[in-house]
Amino acid sequence: MTPPTTSTPLVLGIETSCDETGIGIVCGEELLVDAIASSVEEHARFGGVVPEVASRAHLEAMVPTLERACAQAGVRLQDLDGISVTSGPGLAGALMVGVASAKALSVALGIPLYGVNHLASHVAVDIVEHGPLPEPTLAMLVSGGHSSLLLVPDVTHDIRSLGSTIDDAAGEAFDKVARVLGLPFPGGPHVDRAARDGQVVIDFPRGLTTGRDMQRHRFDFSFSGLKTAVSRWVEHQRADGVAISVPDVAASFQEAVVDVLTRKAVLACTEHDVAALQVGGGVAANSRLRAMAQERCDAAGIELRIPRPGLCTDNGAMVASLGAQMMIKGRPASDLSLPADSSMPVTDVQSGLPVHVDHDHAH
Amino acid sequence: MLLALDTSTSAVAVALLDLDGGLLAQEHVVDPRGTTELLAPLVQRGLAVAGATPADVELVAVGTGPGPFTSLRVGIVTARTFALARSVPVLGVPSHDAIAHEWYLAGGRGPLLVATDARRKEVYASVYAQAAGDESALPWQLTRGPIVSRAVDLPEGERVLPTAGRGPSLYPEALANADGPLDVSAAALGGVALARHRLGLDQPTDPLYLRRPDATPSVPRSAIGAQRQDEQTPGTPSAGPAGATQQ
Ligand SMILES: [Zn+2]
Repeated sequence: MTPPTTSTPLVLGIETSCDETGIGIVCGEELLVDAIASSVEEHARFGGVVPEVASRAHLEAMVPTLERACAQAGVRLQDLDGISVTSGPGLAGALMVGVASAKALSVALGIPLYGVNHLASHVAVDIVEHGPLPEPTLAMLVSGGHSSLLLVPDVTHDIRSLGSTIDDAAGEAFDKVARVLGLPFPGGPHVDRAARDGQVVIDFPRGLTTGRDMQRHRFDFSFSGLKTAVSRWVEHQRADGVAISVPDVAASFQEAVVDVLTRKAVLACTEHDVAALQVGGGVAANSRLRAMAQERCDAAGIELRIPRPGLCTDNGAMVASLGAQMMIKGRPASDLSLPADSSMPVTDVQSGLPVHVDHDHAH
Repeated sequence: MLLALDTSTSAVAVALLDLDGGLLAQEHVVDPRGTTELLAPLVQRGLAVAGATPADVELVAVGTGPGPFTSLRVGIVTARTFALARSVPVLGVPSHDAIAHEWYLAGGRGPLLVATDARRKEVYASVYAQAAGDESALPWQLTRGPIVSRAVDLPEGERVLPTAGRGPSLYPEALANADGPLDVSAAALGGVALARHRLGLDQPTDPLYLRRPDATPSVPRSAIGAQRQDEQTPGTPSAGPAGATQQ
């Protein structure tokens, strides 16, 4: 089914890939509501996200969150033009709750369904914040589970991976270093806050930034070595009976992470002749990352786009935004049989597309 | 018109009934791993076969298990969301009740054991008795369960009863008296929902999990990484998300 193209489709997006039940509604490129229910507190005592706990919470939160989103947006479900949903990647059981709910809305309301990639949605959310994305855009997604550089010629169907982390994600490194420094969870904001009172006095390693690494892993990241270096440095100081300055260590560590991220992102823009850098994911809330990215983009003549922190973390608005773009661009709707795909590759922007038969190139 | 669905056994089952209980359409596919993919298309096909549109649906009924958690949730969230979108009530029916209903309607007499697959070498079990003139207007009543148990650990007096569900085929030595349907029929489930609805009984759609989440933090980070490619905040605990067994 290819629905009629409209410039202001009213689209509801559902996100359940991890522990946030997110429902967003957009009208074209305007965000109407971003409703979230989180089960993060239920996981705290387990020291991580427990898939079964997350899935149970999604089931209980789905209808109330849908109702809240509609009430806050002043929209009735019957008014919607389309539904979009995170098809993957993420936790399989959690994804299935969102996918099933989206399909039920599609059937019950008789409107098209778009199964979309979670990472592509992180890119598309910036459209409701800063307007249409330049094509191409370079996207850097940095969170507790992912660190990716993506070349995005068209967020609705063409995303290419330039590089990603080969070990820890950037946000993961923040969490681990926070623990070493005795800072509470969540690590990111606490390291950021501590670093504001510190000086960059320790030269921690910048992974994959020199020599052969820049040939073989030009746009990849590695934060495992950095995390280990911080731990060792702290241990040595303590063994020598030297009091450490938590703000200084935090600032030095953060500087190393942010330096590598922004350096490679700007290099990718320059080498691929891209005029805009978009940053998403939870680490995009980091104040030093924002400042250094702005500095380096200004110096290189690149437009920097970072959505507000609430739209950088997982939410339904990003999924709705990508769905609306698909409707605006006249992309085909997904088939109702689309799966929840826990390991959906970032290059697959949409799931449930009709199988493409290439008649010109028979094998 | 009532839309009934169940995803608690090996079948993805959908039926459309008129409010007098007459069967208008029935879709039934045995594929316990395909619930997410199959269910919505089956609902759509059922509506087409019944010559109906979503707007004709006045009630939604759903099996609340017990059953494999992931499939069970897909069914329940589908029913709840469909009902929300059409602004109609959603009724929950314990899935074993539907199996029992079908057995008694087919002429079954006396007590019945329903035993369905609970994985981990266990069954979900319920015991029913024939009940003429029961207050629910149904010809049977639940006398025990549902519980989760190893088949051999059920009382001898229950294990010898006529047994519906897939329990006997999985544990033939413990459950030797196989009799009746293997999986839930959505038509039978709809019949139970309508009977109770006419009496104005409360029919909650809370899932019958019968097991708490198994949250042993056993899955190493590398294994989770393959499953979970992105997470949302730098604050997510990084100790390695705990593993949880799905069933
Ligand atoms: Zn995310």
